[in-house]
Amino acid sequence: MPDTQIKNITINFGPQHPAAHGVLRLVLEMDGEIVERADPHIGFLHRGTEKLIEHKSYLQALPYFDRLDYVAPMSQEHAFALAVEKLLGIEAPIRGQYIRVLFAEISRILNHLLNITTFAIDVGAMTPLLWAFEEREKLMEFYERVSGARLHAAYIRPGGVHQDLPDGLVEDIYAFMEQFPKVLGDIETLLNENRIFKQRTVDIGIVTAEDALDWGFTGPMLRASGVPWDLRKAQPYDVYAQMDFDIPIGKTNDCYARYLVRVEEMRQSLRIMKQALDQMPKGPVKVDNRKISEPPRAEMKQSMEALIHHFKLYTEGYHVPKGEIYTAVEAPKGEFGVYLISDDSNKPYRCKIRAPSYFALQASEFMGKGHMLADMVAIVGAMDIVFGEIDR
Amino acid sequence: MKKLTRTLKSFLLVELASGLWLTLKYMFKKKVTLNYPFEKGPLSPRFRGEHALRRYENGEERCIACKLCEAACPAQAITIEAEAREDGSRRTTRYDIDMTKCIYCGYCQEACPVDAIVQGPNFEFTVETREELFYDKDKLLSNGDRWEAEIQRNLEQDAKYR
Repeated sequence: MPDTQIKNITINFGPQHPAAHGVLRLVLEMDGEIVERADPHIGFLHRGTEKLIEHKSYLQALPYFDRLDYVAPMSQEHAFALAVEKLLGIEAPIRGQYIRVLFAEISRILNHLLNITTFAIDVGAMTPLLWAFEEREKLMEFYERVSGARLHAAYIRPGGVHQDLPDGLVEDIYAFMEQFPKVLGDIETLLNENRIFKQRTVDIGIVTAEDALDWGFTGPMLRASGVPWDLRKAQPYDVYAQMDFDIPIGKTNDCYARYLVRVEEMRQSLRIMKQALDQMPKGPVKVDNRKISEPPRAEMKQSMEALIHHFKLYTEGYHVPKGEIYTAVEAPKGEFGVYLISDDSNKPYRCKIRAPSYFALQASEFMGKGHMLADMVAIVGAMDIVFGEIDR
Repeated sequence: MKKLTRTLKSFLLVELASGLWLTLKYMFKKKVTLNYPFEKGPLSPRFRGEHALRRYENGEERCIACKLCEAACPAQAITIEAEAREDGSRRTTRYDIDMTKCIYCGYCQEACPVDAIVQGPNFEFTVETREELFYDKDKLLSNGDRWEAEIQRNLEQDAKYR
């Protein structure tokens, strides 16, 4: 009998696959059920954000950041606002900083709620998603009350935040924080010990601390590998230095550890939110510099000078002195960085965006090799990828 | 002993049973879903929905064609042409918003010095053709007339923060 040559089969995972979390096209070379090679193809959601920003004034560039990681929009705005502020040499007023921290943590909970529950769906658990979306709805209502939009907020701006918190919002956030741990506990009851969930996640996609650092992982992906690295602690921005919170790290380096780290991060986020609300002082929310932040409307309608400032800001914007800067924040997915070059004009000369999930995705070949096809779904699910920021 | 309890727990499906018990309890809780077209979620005064051009109480349109919204728009969705009217006042002859380009950032209403262009509370303006989303001045003014009461209430409630 002649030797038969068996050729590996190549299959396309996505770009229309519901477990591909957006528009990931993963070309998998399979040896039976085993993944031999995983080749992620990206770019289906490319919108040319970085190039577009070069043609927008600094204020006009801001809404683009909402549309990068659309699961946690305000974290991206935060990075951009901090970068512009550093170039301008200004600092947001203290109340503005507290509001930013508060909403950065709300964004973190928004992100992790979506991620852990869609991850659970990927490996076969439907119910947590339904519960988590109820909580997300409440959080998005906070977004809407403060900025006017449920997702694309355009709220955190260079120089502070756009408007002060409306009356009653603080009480409602307190009320949310009262009941949220219970829902989180319920989700954990369903997943933590569940044998199906554990069979699908434990020992899947193991990344050692060394490998995680080599591949440029940040955020929960890195912390699940046991490296306690968090920019909120390592180089605190805004008022994170005053906040008391812990960095959860994983012990087992696998998908299950990533899930546990995210759940614990939500608990820590609640702690930060509580401290931010308790400590928040009264005062202005944006810098009192008419060259950078617009005058109050009442003043604009009365004073000629304020009206001129208003017109200047909404047409030309402000000029940012020549310089370049890299600013990073600890976004829910990891280190989200903005590299800005300004050339004394009202538009950025260059804006490079460092998207954290890009670095997780590039390791998919290394993480997936040797696993089963179904495990690839779990690996991609635990990576927490969002194509808005990968494709930009 | 630890191993024994673990084996026993595993054998008796303890974690699955407790999960099922929890979901069973949720079944008898009050429903949180909304029967959408008949029930709607709350909207804050800051909500940024469909655009509208407003008028003063005497029926005169507010817009003075300063084109600040056109300049502020990051998506370049607004097109304005203007000239002097017979009575000498400066008004728009054309005010178009391409709603397919609009990103609902709210910069136009922030920029407007006379509160003429606003983003009202309406979010249900889906249409069946693309052309219907190229709003012109008549459409925007009629939106303003239809939603004036809600818009005014929202502006009043939010005035102290602006």
